[in-house]
Amino acid sequence: MNVIVELEKPLLELESKIEGLKRLNETQRVDFSVEIRALEAKANQLKAEIFGNLTPWQRVHLARHPRRPLALDYITALDGFTELHGDRTFRDDPAIVAGFAYLSGMPVYVLGEQKGRDTKENLYRNFGMPHPEGYRKAQRIMKLAEKFRRPLLTFVDTPGAYPGIGAEERGQSQAIAACLQLLAGLRTPIVVNVTGEGGSGGALGIALGDHIIMLQHAWYSVASPEAAASILWSDATKADEAAKRLRLTSEELSEFGIIDEVVAEPLGGAHHDTQDVIRRILDADKRAVRRLMRLPTDELIDRRYEKYRKIGAHTELLHGRAAR
Amino acid sequence: MAPTPNWLRRRGARPEAASDALWDICPHCNERLYKKDLAELLWVCPKCGHNFRISALDRISLLADGDFREVAEDLMTGDPLQWTDRVSYVTKTAGDRTKSGLMEAILTGFCAIDGVAVGLGVMDFAFRGGTMGSVVGEKVTLLIEECGRRRLPAVVVCASGGARMEEGMVALMQMAKTSAAVARFAELGLPFITVLTDPTTGGVSASYGFQADVIIAESGAAIGFAGRRVIDQTIRQKLPDGFQSSEFLLEHGQVDMVVRRADLKPTLGRVLRFFAARLAAVPA
Ligand SMILES: [Zn+2]
Repeated sequence: MNVIVELEKPLLELESKIEGLKRLNETQRVDFSVEIRALEAKANQLKAEIFGNLTPWQRVHLARHPRRPLALDYITALDGFTELHGDRTFRDDPAIVAGFAYLSGMPVYVLGEQKGRDTKENLYRNFGMPHPEGYRKAQRIMKLAEKFRRPLLTFVDTPGAYPGIGAEERGQSQAIAACLQLLAGLRTPIVVNVTGEGGSGGALGIALGDHIIMLQHAWYSVASPEAAASILWSDATKADEAAKRLRLTSEELSEFGIIDEVVAEPLGGAHHDTQDVIRRILDADKRAVRRLMRLPTDELIDRRYEKYRKIGAHTELLHGRAAR
Repeated sequence: MAPTPNWLRRRGARPEAASDALWDICPHCNERLYKKDLAELLWVCPKCGHNFRISALDRISLLADGDFREVAEDLMTGDPLQWTDRVSYVTKTAGDRTKSGLMEAILTGFCAIDGVAVGLGVMDFAFRGGTMGSVVGEKVTLLIEECGRRRLPAVVVCASGGARMEEGMVALMQMAKTSAAVARFAELGLPFITVLTDPTTGGVSASYGFQADVIIAESGAAIGFAGRRVIDQTIRQKLPDGFQSSEFLLEHGQVDMVVRRADLKPTLGRVLRFFAARLAAVPA
């Protein structure tokens, strides 16, 4: 059960009451404006109470909210999206969508990890958990972007790469490893949008790039809070504790220099104003692509190398050598 | 047993013995084995052929011809998340240092393998389950960069439970960092070879582990992306026999060869010599 869905129930009830009164106001020619204003004030207060101070674990649930915009919502908001299918070897993986489109007239290649809206869609999309063939389809798109010198946009939203028999037989490790190697040296700008769940290596497989944007309430972590809790305390119910310790929020990752830009969400989360959030993300993409396109390719690649080269937390013990 | 090589004697610190027992029990066939004999047997059970997990130091003794000049030996991890679960990360790594006699989960340096000069990295499962945090990522990157400068092949022997949870996203990003180093190295036309030993999973298999030009699996190792337990919990069905074993990976086209421990050094030598062979010898 999604804790945010539970939390926002009274708010939704209040909002539908306001809608009802507004309709009456128009059709019955009775003035409810005072009541409406009072309820709206109450709704705003309630919203601030519920969403004003979310814990990391609640934010993980916000990122999993069933009405949160999904990769295809952003991608189809681009002009003229054409989907390209298949890894040319085994099958088409619906957990990764791929293709090309125009970002304000600029031709771009796009990749996204796609979840479903309901059970049926989720079964088809495998809950947004890619198989190796999904990452191999992604590699095709990366190579196209490089060959035709178009920027690559990616939309990251996965609980993780799928852990299953077929996935292991077909080389999940190799598929992700090859994505990383390819992205590291890709001679074209890469802009990454972490919009929902950034589940470990499965997310990173399409998330190595020049500019990493993260939606305010998305999460991005070395392990899901549930997995971390079950490894650390053998108790998946300690996920709220793990979510706090993993430092998976956009603010914390920004501090660590892991991500470059945070795009704010409306109070209550992206699903409270989907169109606005999509516009903000695509605006950020546009700014990043414009800036990166101006760089000579060699400089782009060098900067990308340095960006990752400097991530680490280690010290050199100078006395260690002297003492020997 | 061969005499302790000079580099090892110079290095000083040896791990504390896990126990004083004279015997080890083979985890595969339960055979009781004399510890003294095990080293001579290359830590392979004579009854069933099971490979005991070995320390990075022992692995280097098995592979390096003579001297091993360690580099970046003083790198020590920080605590970027100020992590605590049952105990603090600082306490955990301090314990690992004592237990393993190592500063971190990998040793890197330069040596010759069967007569060919290489940069060699060897991971050690005894330190945090061989997980990759800042130091492992940094040392692998430094090794590969230095191999590029010296125009030497790079060999990494992997043994890892994946990215190190206690360093959070800083650890996950080491996958990106090492991948970038491999990508650059690949452009130089120098060979990169990995040896996957028991176990190689998660963040290490999904980065440099599977980015090599030639991937060798030691026999009987567990190699994969997801841990067996995670897969069990996800699919709730019986896993095939030998699932995620070296032999399973060979059958499914994921590794170039499966090699017994005793054959690793000559095999690496043969592969390295081929890459080093000069084109001058074009047959008439
Ligand atoms: Zn045995």
